[in-house]
Amino acid sequence: MSRRLDRTKEAGLAYLLIAPAFILALVFIIYPFMRNFSLFLYHAPPYPGLPSHYAGLSQFTTMLTSSTFLQGLEATLLYTALVVPVGVLLGLILAVVAHQKLKGMAIYRTIFATTAVSSVAVAAVIFGTFMNPVLGLLPWLGINPNPSILQSPTWAMLAMGVIGLWQFMGLSFILFSAGLQSLPEEVLEAARIDGASEIGVFARVTVPLLSPTIFYAITVGTIGAMYTFGQMDLLVGTSSAEYVHVNTLAYQIYQYVVTQPNPGLAACVSIALFVITAVITFVNFRFLERRVTYAN
Amino acid sequence: MPTDQLDPIATAKRRKRRRRLSTVVSYAILTLGALVVLFPIYMGVVDSLLTPVQIGSTPPYFFPPTPQFHAYADAFSQGHLGHYIVNSVIQTLEIVVGSVITAVLAAYAFATFSFPLKRTLWTIVLATLLIPFEVTIVTNYKTIQSLHLLGTMWALTIPFMVSAVGIFLLRQAFLGVAVEMREAAVLDGCGPMRYLWRVALPLVRPQIAAFVVIATLGAWNQYLWPLLLTSNDESHRTLQIGLKTLNAGTFQSLGVVLAGAVIAAVPMLVLMVVFNKQLVRSLTGGAVK
Repeated sequence: MSRRLDRTKEAGLAYLLIAPAFILALVFIIYPFMRNFSLFLYHAPPYPGLPSHYAGLSQFTTMLTSSTFLQGLEATLLYTALVVPVGVLLGLILAVVAHQKLKGMAIYRTIFATTAVSSVAVAAVIFGTFMNPVLGLLPWLGINPNPSILQSPTWAMLAMGVIGLWQFMGLSFILFSAGLQSLPEEVLEAARIDGASEIGVFARVTVPLLSPTIFYAITVGTIGAMYTFGQMDLLVGTSSAEYVHVNTLAYQIYQYVVTQPNPGLAACVSIALFVITAVITFVNFRFLERRVTYAN
Repeated sequence: MPTDQLDPIATAKRRKRRRRLSTVVSYAILTLGALVVLFPIYMGVVDSLLTPVQIGSTPPYFFPPTPQFHAYADAFSQGHLGHYIVNSVIQTLEIVVGSVITAVLAAYAFATFSFPLKRTLWTIVLATLLIPFEVTIVTNYKTIQSLHLLGTMWALTIPFMVSAVGIFLLRQAFLGVAVEMREAAVLDGCGPMRYLWRVALPLVRPQIAAFVVIATLGAWNQYLWPLLLTSNDESHRTLQIGLKTLNAGTFQSLGVVLAGAVIAAVPMLVLMVVFNKQLVRSLTGGAVK
């Protein structure tokens, strides 16, 4: 049999094997993503069923300067700023402390990882009980703000951030624990023998050696945070999210698909959120990766 | 070198004292962290075991006097929890089975064969990693509608039956299988599909397990897509969205909501404890062995 025929057969088989994954990716990931770039040029019709009309870029530029969008952008960025830096730092500290050869570390490690596997709905429901204005812990402690936490433009975002932080801590801890396991133990030991204090070892040796993991945790955390809306939906809801400043951009996309259908606007917000997140990730790469020291 | 380090006994003593102090501080930090993580979960469990009157009392109960399981019973009888659990199980199974099959096949092809456009296709697969599901929902909803899948379980699962993460993890795994193994199998007259099934698949079982764990976690915990499809479709509502509808009730039902949350959380906690190694491996992109 000729070699070429074998080659053709092999290629045919390869395409056949890739086809299921590729067709699904094309239909449910690539096409809907690309479609945003044509949808966002069209205004929704005043009544469903009527044709939508071409508006060019005007819909997009109007949206960008609308107060709903600007407030949503502010909420999204504020939420990310509340969750990511503290979450990365706490995960790092707990992972470093739990990395020692002490008794009971396996139990602590399991405990810290639990929040990474709890869903946003579970976390929101559990924390929602704490934020109840009439019963439970807060009223008993005399903490009873009026309006209540989840109805307050001052406190609602902080509450959302606490839930997000609690959840992200687990993932951050898992990432750093894994990173620590791959560090050369001799280097840390050498620093200790040379008389460096634990804090000195942490700041001068562990953190630089872990910098690729730190960079990775920041990137993953930021992308996750920028697209958050679960606890906002479950605890605040569409009707008051904007009033209490927790109407994140991901939540707005959901609203333009479900509660006030408007495909054009949904596409506009999708594009804006995607581009903003991509820019932040890119800036992370430019400024943080330069400081990353890769082993080898 | 400082002079006091020349005295070995004093140095050893100082180091020992410092180590003991650092052990105490370590346990203090870890215990504080564990309290922060566990306290909300603990209070949720306690409240789920109280009567509505007890939940509303001040000071709050930090321990159930006699555990009541009414909330759990109500969650099933009034809250349709049993129905939501069945839906969640079906949804998770469909997504995991579907995405494992498509990932194994594609990953095997990318790792084993050479064919035209291989690099381009691989780049496209990697590019899908950059597209979050949230920015595709406008059109995906329309697509599901025009495929006449609205109101079926398929609507919840088909979009997730492809996973670039899975293809990536498994391609790495197949690349780790020695080339000689395949050459030997081919010489013995073993066809490519038989080789995949008999030789390669058993060798990459650990990586498949890792992907199954993370796919299960992702599917079970999903919020956005099931919310979009089932907030008005009771018959296909998943457990996570069930929590939302229960939560919208009165404070009388607070215990019921928390019982639901406990039931939704337990399977994933068990998964994490049993398959910790696989979970870590998949979360870190296969970098940890």
